[in-house]
Amino acid sequence: MDLKLSAHTPTADEIDAIDALLGATGEYDHRLARAGHDLRDQRHRLLPVLHAVNDRVGWISRGAINHIAARMDVAPAEIYGVATFYGLFSTTERSTRQVHVCVDLACQIAGATVPDGAHESPCLGLCERAPAVLLVEAGPQARQTVLAPATPVQVRALLDGGAAPDEAPAEVATPQVAAGADDLVLLGRVGVVDPTSLHSYRSHGGYAALRRAIEIGPVGVIREMLDSGIMGRGGAAFPAGRKWDAVARQPARPHYLVCNADESEPGTFKDRVIMEGDPFSLIEAMTIAAYATGCEQGWIYLRGEYPRARRRLTDAIEQAVAHGLLGDDVMGAGFSFHLEVFLGAGAYICGEETAIFNSIEGFRGEPRNKPPFPVEVGVFGKPTVVNNVETLANVLPIVLGGGQAYASVGTTGSTGTKLFCVSGAVARPGVYELPFGATLREVIDLAGGMREGSTLRTVLLGGAAGSFATPDELDVPLTFEDLRAAKLSLGSGVVMVLDQHVDLTAFVHRIAAFFRDESCGQCVPCRVGTMRQEEVLQRLEHGGPNASADRELLADIGRVLRDASICGFGHSAHGAIESAIAKLGVFS
Amino acid sequence: MNAVPVAAPTRLVDVTVDGTTVKVAEGTTVLQACRGAGCDDIPTLCYGDTLTPKNACRVCMVEVEGSRTLVPSCSRKVEAGMVVHTDTERVQHSRKMVLEFLGSSTDLSVAPHVADWNEQYAVDVDRYGPDRRTKAQPVKRDNELYVRDYEKCILCYKCVDACGEQWQNTFAIAVAGRGFDSHIAAEYDAELPDSACVYCGNCIAVCPTGALMFTSEHDMRADGSWDESRQTETDTICPYCGVGCQLTLHVQDNSIVKVTSPSDHSVTHGNLCIKGRFGFQHVQNH
Repeated sequence: MDLKLSAHTPTADEIDAIDALLGATGEYDHRLARAGHDLRDQRHRLLPVLHAVNDRVGWISRGAINHIAARMDVAPAEIYGVATFYGLFSTTERSTRQVHVCVDLACQIAGATVPDGAHESPCLGLCERAPAVLLVEAGPQARQTVLAPATPVQVRALLDGGAAPDEAPAEVATPQVAAGADDLVLLGRVGVVDPTSLHSYRSHGGYAALRRAIEIGPVGVIREMLDSGIMGRGGAAFPAGRKWDAVARQPARPHYLVCNADESEPGTFKDRVIMEGDPFSLIEAMTIAAYATGCEQGWIYLRGEYPRARRRLTDAIEQAVAHGLLGDDVMGAGFSFHLEVFLGAGAYICGEETAIFNSIEGFRGEPRNKPPFPVEVGVFGKPTVVNNVETLANVLPIVLGGGQAYASVGTTGSTGTKLFCVSGAVARPGVYELPFGATLREVIDLAGGMREGSTLRTVLLGGAAGSFATPDELDVPLTFEDLRAAKLSLGSGVVMVLDQHVDLTAFVHRIAAFFRDESCGQCVPCRVGTMRQEEVLQRLEHGGPNASADRELLADIGRVLRDASICGFGHSAHGAIESAIAKLGVFS
Repeated sequence: MNAVPVAAPTRLVDVTVDGTTVKVAEGTTVLQACRGAGCDDIPTLCYGDTLTPKNACRVCMVEVEGSRTLVPSCSRKVEAGMVVHTDTERVQHSRKMVLEFLGSSTDLSVAPHVADWNEQYAVDVDRYGPDRRTKAQPVKRDNELYVRDYEKCILCYKCVDACGEQWQNTFAIAVAGRGFDSHIAAEYDAELPDSACVYCGNCIAVCPTGALMFTSEHDMRADGSWDESRQTETDTICPYCGVGCQLTLHVQDNSIVKVTSPSDHSVTHGNLCIKGRFGFQHVQNH
């Protein structure tokens, strides 16, 4: 391509960071072409390269973009478009040290404040320890550290250059483990196994499922998945076995596997706990999925704000490769599976299954229109399995115990166990594992009941894209079908418990602000609708003569968001707000 | 022996549009099927010309039985037995809202058809209040040939696609930012002379709202002298090189005020280069 670059030159640090990832330029053999497809086929490395620059110098300069453009044969305008899409990148110069203070739902009700010099951040996925802070330090030894709970004094100290204290171990988020529960299926190894050791994982039953999978063959694995009746745990509740079956049958090759670990739904942190506490289980489950569906390449699309999960997964993949559990001949069984962690960069929308594809391919994380569906046309245009972390975690018990045994737990329409992310005004917030069919009351009781001095006002079920449950709905069984009938949704398993102290108006405003902030901007209903929704809520808060017309307008906005947006983000951008108005009397 | 490669036969499928069943070729879009069935009034903005529809504007939504949400008719392919409704209350509501969203945030005053649609769908942008956020901003005039008035931009992605992989392969502009702050920009919002722009003007040709406009047309509109009823269109062949691009000269008061090329022309597909598009001043050096 005929690139036109501006006169801005990259610094030595920028060149070093970019070339370290793309390989040194070295001496060219000038008889050979070194542009065209050879370079453009590297487009999927754009996001990693932007990360490399951002990690090294803290922001992405014009000179850096010029160097990336020249190395990758991608136009600077395109790179700029991608860089400005992601919240963790900056295209204006800034300090190498950034403090991101979570202002999202769980942290808002925990009293988070953003001092001068800090950035507001959407949910950091540390809701059980709210309020949370993420410290990002750029440099040759770039580092991310989380601090939760963070006191204002501690945040101030971080801003002043202080170091963050060591993070509590992953299992503090799983009070059931601490209480000695021995019937946990998905969390069974968290806090028990050494997450940094493959040996420890194997001595706790690790890789027995993969061995079993190889015994029963790909068709056998898919049969067990279909028999299990497992529904996807990412929020859409699509039957995972059918997805696998559809990809396995696609004649087009190669097939790809993507693990959706972009856990960003406000109030959700279950995937983080699995990845931090039992990372090898995810890798084993993905290997089984790849074996069953014929995928030779997989990615774990991990959100950029999960430093410990990233370390654990990267380290676990290395160990698995070293022991022949990933690579060209997995377990000597004659199939090949390569897996890597692909790091997101601060965009909730990249958890949408087709936005992930664009992000991996090096484009702005904008969702694609469906159909075609990912099982036919997914990442790089090939049949693709996309599964949430928790869905994959269920593969191990399904393969080991058989699909029918798995289906005996839970209800007919919702089989197995479910992870609930309990936060807010309960005594022991954390991730809880219960069979489907347990009630909200049981979940809250398991979390130690209400915190002292708190009485239950409402529960936000399913996150910002979910809905509010009132105290008289505590006995609805938590299953996909019962919740649908009660006009509630399980979403990603968020159970955020709100007490009498919560400012519901501010809470609902935050939901609206979240959707406005995180809309990708591609389609008109969502780009403008989320903005208008927030504006109408602000007007409604102050009452006034037009309140009834405004309420009508709000309903109109909600309806077009649901009817005409491209993706599930827009479809769900009004649900929680609608339920807050209808059931909690907010803004009335 | 048949030396001519024969494509796989195209199946015809039955599609019902507003009660009328038509047979259309597999792979046809719902919009084409609707038009084939005599339904010509589905509004479109980001669809058209010679580009693959981005279906970002969502103004062409129709109802398809069995679909949870409305579907973008411009890009959804027909399926056998599909039952389409183009004028239900739900469809009308969606179009009204999309037009209100666009009208309340951008300036659609020179976008063709929009005024009619606003009336048809009872669009009322005032109900969004006087304090609503809009895309109001100064017109960008950084070169002599064309202006960029992004207050009129609806982010249909057509200019980006025409500049990039679908036609020009220059990639001078892209969508930058996110959400309501998304906008069309060269890298670091640089001015066009500092960008990769080659002034082919193919972005102007596809812009559906007049956000990208010949400087001549923009200035004439500003001083009130732009009058399409007094304009004539003259087809000719570009004299500059041997490609043979067809030009349509838009002439008002014996002066060329704009140059386009028909999008169905076999050589240009509506595209030109800087010379064909802008190199007309010498004609009128009297």
